[in-house]
Amino acid sequence: MAKMNLLQAINSALITAMEQDKRVMVFGEDVGHFGGVFRATSNLQQKFGRDRCFNTPLTEQGIIGFANGLASQGSVPVAEIQFGDYIFPAFDQIVNETAKFRYRSGGQFSCGTLTIRTPYGGGIAGGHYHSQSPEAFFAHIPGMKIVIPRNPYQAKGLLLASIRDDNPVLFMEPKRLYRASVSDVPEDDYELPLGKADIVEEGSDITLVGWGAQIEVLQKAAEMALEDGVSCEIIDLRSILPWDAEAVVDSVRKTGRLLVNHEAPQTGGFASEIAATVQEKCFLYLEAPIARVCGLDTPYPLAHEKEYMPDQYKTYEAIKRTMNY
Amino acid sequence: MQDRNHLARVSTTHQVNIIENGLIDIPMLQILKPDGSLHEQAVEPDISEQTARKIYDTMEYTRVLDERMIGAQRQGRISFYLASTGEEAAVVASAAALSDQDMIMSQYREQGALAYRGYTTQQFMNQMFSNEKDPNKGRQMPIHYGDKELNFMTISSPLGTQIPQASGYAYGQKMAGKDAITICYFGEGAASEGDFHAGLNMAAVLHCPVIFFCRNNGYAISTPAEEQFAGDGIASRGLGYGVKTIRVDGNDPLAVFAATQHARKLALDEKCPVLIEAMTYRLAAHSTSDDPTGYRSRDEEDKWRAKDPILRMAKWMKQKGWFDEEANKKLIESSRQAVLSALKEAEKVAINPIEDIVNDVYSEVPWHLQEQLENLKSHIRLYPQMYPKTSGRVK
Ligand SMILES: Cc1ncc(C[n+]2csc(CCOP(=O)(O)OP(=O)(O)O)c2C)c(N)n1
Repeated sequence: MAKMNLLQAINSALITAMEQDKRVMVFGEDVGHFGGVFRATSNLQQKFGRDRCFNTPLTEQGIIGFANGLASQGSVPVAEIQFGDYIFPAFDQIVNETAKFRYRSGGQFSCGTLTIRTPYGGGIAGGHYHSQSPEAFFAHIPGMKIVIPRNPYQAKGLLLASIRDDNPVLFMEPKRLYRASVSDVPEDDYELPLGKADIVEEGSDITLVGWGAQIEVLQKAAEMALEDGVSCEIIDLRSILPWDAEAVVDSVRKTGRLLVNHEAPQTGGFASEIAATVQEKCFLYLEAPIARVCGLDTPYPLAHEKEYMPDQYKTYEAIKRTMNY
Repeated sequence: MQDRNHLARVSTTHQVNIIENGLIDIPMLQILKPDGSLHEQAVEPDISEQTARKIYDTMEYTRVLDERMIGAQRQGRISFYLASTGEEAAVVASAAALSDQDMIMSQYREQGALAYRGYTTQQFMNQMFSNEKDPNKGRQMPIHYGDKELNFMTISSPLGTQIPQASGYAYGQKMAGKDAITICYFGEGAASEGDFHAGLNMAAVLHCPVIFFCRNNGYAISTPAEEQFAGDGIASRGLGYGVKTIRVDGNDPLAVFAATQHARKLALDEKCPVLIEAMTYRLAAHSTSDDPTGYRSRDEEDKWRAKDPILRMAKWMKQKGWFDEEANKKLIESSRQAVLSALKEAEKVAINPIEDIVNDVYSEVPWHLQEQLENLKSHIRLYPQMYPKTSGRVK
């Protein structure tokens, strides 16, 4: 075990993956010698050489198109998009190509070895081009997995599992947690399962579902609710696609209430999908309407960031409304 | 129907004939020597004393602004800043060759062009403090300026997006019969984006009066130019797209001015795009979030410090008898004062009222945003202490 922050855990996962499999290559803007603007790829070029860890020209479209070709050849690319907000220039390559390679070729070719890493999310005074949470756009495309860790331990285990998964994975890193805290992370190789949620806290009155940095928000809101005698069950989805509907459904059948929290705008956000599924599978168990505490349906603001965020106070109030319905 | 022949301009050869980069030589225009005298055979552009001084003063002003704002960022007064140190001539002298009616679409390191157009110190500060007087209503990070009156398009962070937009804007100007062009600034890094290729091709084919102005400053954050492109630069790409192209010493204000003047005339008279590649160096860190000691040497920087465009211009102006040392010192001092007091002023201004979180998403606020705003306001009323910057005005 070692104490690592989230960035160090990612770095450690990349080192493990590159040591273990020569086909693994890590690249993106500023990723080479400098180690990326957040330094997640520090020392990789020194350790593994410029052929396996390198800077690319400044083109997200180029990075992902290149990665698709590389993956379809059998290499194992781990491509970095510097900020989630800048994944959109690569949208066509991801949506029409990465995700559909296998399907359209009848399984002859695929981008299954590709992992795309990108920091996402707000709370860092980054304004609307350094704060977006684009998971829902990608959840709408069949053919790839979406994974989001909430702490250093998860980051390493989930990233290793993503790199080795037979499907292309979009691995989204909550950047406000990058250096927020350190925790125990095994130095050895380990994987955490994709598509499986993590029950963060057990409870009996209401189920709170979230992912990434928002889990902390849920925990704080749950503490406030506990003072009112409300017992919250907190579920970290960890994978947005495929998502662990079973874990959520089981929990809601027990608690009778559900609240979903995410930073992305509410309309068309992934909370809608969860809410629809849960009302389908738990209709007779529900004692209150499903609550969503999300970002507003506006671009991500700068000066009004605090107001925009689905924080613990908004979450706590929504818990109360749900309990008192 | 017209009979078209796309081979009409293609010559033939009977040996395998590979054209390598380097065979097409695109020389770099230089007019001023580092000592302030003219290169032999160089022709001084048609520039008045008044314009020369304005260019010079704006470069000095920009440098003062940059120094002070980097300081302000270190003190935690603003969250972020990007300096143009070392590149002032490329930006200011090109802007000086334009008409005020020309649209400027910039990347983010072109504060000098905005200053040249007359953006005030207070306006710079209001944007950087994202306060209520910021025309962007506090929605974007510091340095994302924009001013409709000054024909300066509001900056967007995603790189390269302004390049095809500039083609479209210029086409619109042409169709509206305007006596104006568009200039579009970007870095050699952004020239790798797909938008660059799309934008140049559109402009060339649709005959758009636009100047694509590339600041080739050697770095895109930590990525050196040799890891950005394999050719000799960006200029050769202009030729590939059929765009008239000129390469210029970006640290030579006279060369930049002359090149841009020519390019503007061409764009306007012939209704065509022109690519200018200004060869310069990003002396500053990429931004206040960056540490260049991690990827380049002090030695390398010092070599470029010796090519400072401001010094070069000062030497030339001295030779012309257009430079007053005392007045210059006073100007720098008064700029420093002006920045400091405008900064203090901007710090005092409140942020926008909470209603502005939903305004401008659409032309009118639709029902669902109205509802979200009302919910947000009730929530702020419940927890006023948690949202101190807005709660005072939520009644
Ligand atoms: C589409 C997109 N990708 C990545 C970024 C992050 N980024 C901001 S500035 C920058 C480097 C730009 O370099 P260059 O265009 O050469 O301009 P310079 O900073 O040298 O003036 C990068 C990668 C971005 N803003 N937009």
